[in-house]
Amino acid sequence: MSTTHEHTPLGGRLVTPPFIFLVVICVLAAIVLTQRFVFGLGEATNLNDGYPWGIWIAIDLIIGTALGCGGFVMAMLVYILNKGEYHPMARAGLMTSLFGYTLGALAVMIDLGRWWQGYNIMFPWLWNANSVLLETALCIFAYIIVLMVEFLPAVFERFGMKEARRRIHRVLFVFTGLGVLLPMMHQSSMGTVVVILGYQLSPLWQSHLLTLHFLLTALTMGYAIVAFESITSSLAFRRPYEMSLLGKLSGIMAWVMLVFFIVRYLDVIRVGGFPLAFAGDFKAVSFWIELLLGVGAILCLMPKGLRESPRYVFLGASFMLLNGFLYRLNCYLIGYDPGTGYQYFPSMGEILVTLGIFALHIILYLAFVKNLPVLHATGPARATA
Amino acid sequence: MSMNRREFLKGAAVGGATAVAAAGASSEAQAITLMREPKERPEGALGLLYDSTLCVGCKACVARCKEVNHMPVEIYPDQSEWNSGTWDTAKDLSGKTLNVIKAYMNGTIAEKDRETDGFAFIKRQCLHCVDPSCVSACPVSAMIKDPETGIVSHDPDRCIGCRYCVYACPFGVPKYDFEGAFGQIHKCQLCNHRLPEGKMPGCVDACPTGATLFGRVEDLNKEARQRLSLKAGDAYTYPRGDISGAIERPRSPHEKVISAEYQQEVYGYDGPLGGTQALYLSAVSFNKLGLPHGTDNFGRKIPDHAYARETEGVQHFLYTGMIAPAAVLTALVLMAYRNSEKHTSEAEED
Repeated sequence: MSTTHEHTPLGGRLVTPPFIFLVVICVLAAIVLTQRFVFGLGEATNLNDGYPWGIWIAIDLIIGTALGCGGFVMAMLVYILNKGEYHPMARAGLMTSLFGYTLGALAVMIDLGRWWQGYNIMFPWLWNANSVLLETALCIFAYIIVLMVEFLPAVFERFGMKEARRRIHRVLFVFTGLGVLLPMMHQSSMGTVVVILGYQLSPLWQSHLLTLHFLLTALTMGYAIVAFESITSSLAFRRPYEMSLLGKLSGIMAWVMLVFFIVRYLDVIRVGGFPLAFAGDFKAVSFWIELLLGVGAILCLMPKGLRESPRYVFLGASFMLLNGFLYRLNCYLIGYDPGTGYQYFPSMGEILVTLGIFALHIILYLAFVKNLPVLHATGPARATA
Repeated sequence: MSMNRREFLKGAAVGGATAVAAAGASSEAQAITLMREPKERPEGALGLLYDSTLCVGCKACVARCKEVNHMPVEIYPDQSEWNSGTWDTAKDLSGKTLNVIKAYMNGTIAEKDRETDGFAFIKRQCLHCVDPSCVSACPVSAMIKDPETGIVSHDPDRCIGCRYCVYACPFGVPKYDFEGAFGQIHKCQLCNHRLPEGKMPGCVDACPTGATLFGRVEDLNKEARQRLSLKAGDAYTYPRGDISGAIERPRSPHEKVISAEYQQEVYGYDGPLGGTQALYLSAVSFNKLGLPHGTDNFGRKIPDHAYARETEGVQHFLYTGMIAPAAVLTALVLMAYRNSEKHTSEAEED
């Protein structure tokens, strides 16, 4: 089994009609950002004294980085649990992580109210070791650097730098270890971040186990995004489905999802939040949608027969992504109640910037898979497999 | 490996469920084991005592606060046509308002300090928590609790504007000024720029009835406890200004006959949420006045301890001395090394 020749650039034209559409969204987002930096956050967003954090944090950062967990979960599978068979899918996951985390960090910079002093977070003498947010911030920066190193082999291969490729391979295991630890720390701590909200977070979500729940959703969303992207790129680039691997991966996904499901809802009962699910308000509705998405994911992926079909794997992965998406949105925004009559719904500008960040993610994905060896080669021998 | 993945995951699921069930059986005990040690109020802690029954709602404190802290008046967008900036209409704390008087109103609003068909005033400003969430939350140590006075102040030169303090504060105190490109966090700092000049906080200085007193928290608590035993019809001599009379000149007290009996608690001294240095007395329940007390909107008990103890408990449990992460990292690197050895030798055979 060779590791050096498994991946190959897709080639093909970069500027296609969908690509232009994505660029247009990015341009619109850039206009909103100009407004944000010239006139301030109040002008571009609907943030207010009751809701200091909006979708730029809840979606772009908290959910965006979870979508960037593909690399970490695949690295864990391949290099830590030694499931070498998944190696062909690892590099695409790694790249998604690189973009997910870099764009998450970008979202934070945009959202910082005093961005011109943002570098203060790098000064150890200002660090507050008790701050969960500090830990998450430092983990993001460290992990982005680790991801860049982990992705270097693809760049070296592309430019035929064989010696560099060989050398980096010798130290890569250290970065692989860090590349699993850092996102575990970061993702779990994003759960701890909202524990301090105390009574301001509905008991449908508030819990001492938030740390664990966020780690588990990082796993569910990480696996789901790998499966989701694999099927989407197979469709978009007319490549054969990676079904032999996807089917097995879906089995793992289903069980991880089941573990999260059981732990999460037993926990709601434990903290006494369950009666609120029948309150009939927006929070309760959001709670049930989140729960049903989880059920949907398990039903699509658990039966052995179904997970051999690309359709059900795609459906199951989508449900799983949306379950994690909504769970995190609930923890940070929908379940949050500052209790003083404040309301928040994102402004058009906020939505555009969020869309722009996701569009940029896809643009980078397209540019990279077409020009760098990211997706595994589908030679005749593989295509029929 | 003798255990296959499915068995492992099944085991994990059962284990997880057992752990949650066990946590449920002793959730309070478990929470306490993970909680960071409580913090004590500094001996020389300074603070405020606000007695809602004395407040006449004149808002002189709001005006003086703006003046001494150089804060702008609050004009809401729908008022811009008729309010040219001479009338401060602050309704709540904001990036422009560090101190505000709010009113509780019920039914016919016939009588002061009565819950039904009555009304009452409440002064809101930073409570200078004994164990503040904002100080615990701030990543760059821009929220500082003075070790001697216990005053919680803010350093805008450190602040990166992440607004986690705004999000985390259980009293809704720190506010970010969203107007303009260069916003800043604003909160009451107990006029710590006036204290060295021998002056008391602006709001206390301006208060005509002594509804807001300044002083050492211990002295303020003693004063407050005396009032708790008063019955309707009793006369009591209320002090004004600085309770020790040491700052500036001693102010004349005034006598008032009690018309409504006090809630039997000095809010903030023993809790909730770890205790504060701004204390409250009221005839109306504290939660009616918008202070977290008793049970919250979802029916949970507002805890006596600070939420910062919970998050820091988790944080310290996982990261103290970075021992656990270092151990996990070592294991991960070793496994990655063992597994990549294979990959490398295979790659070199090509």
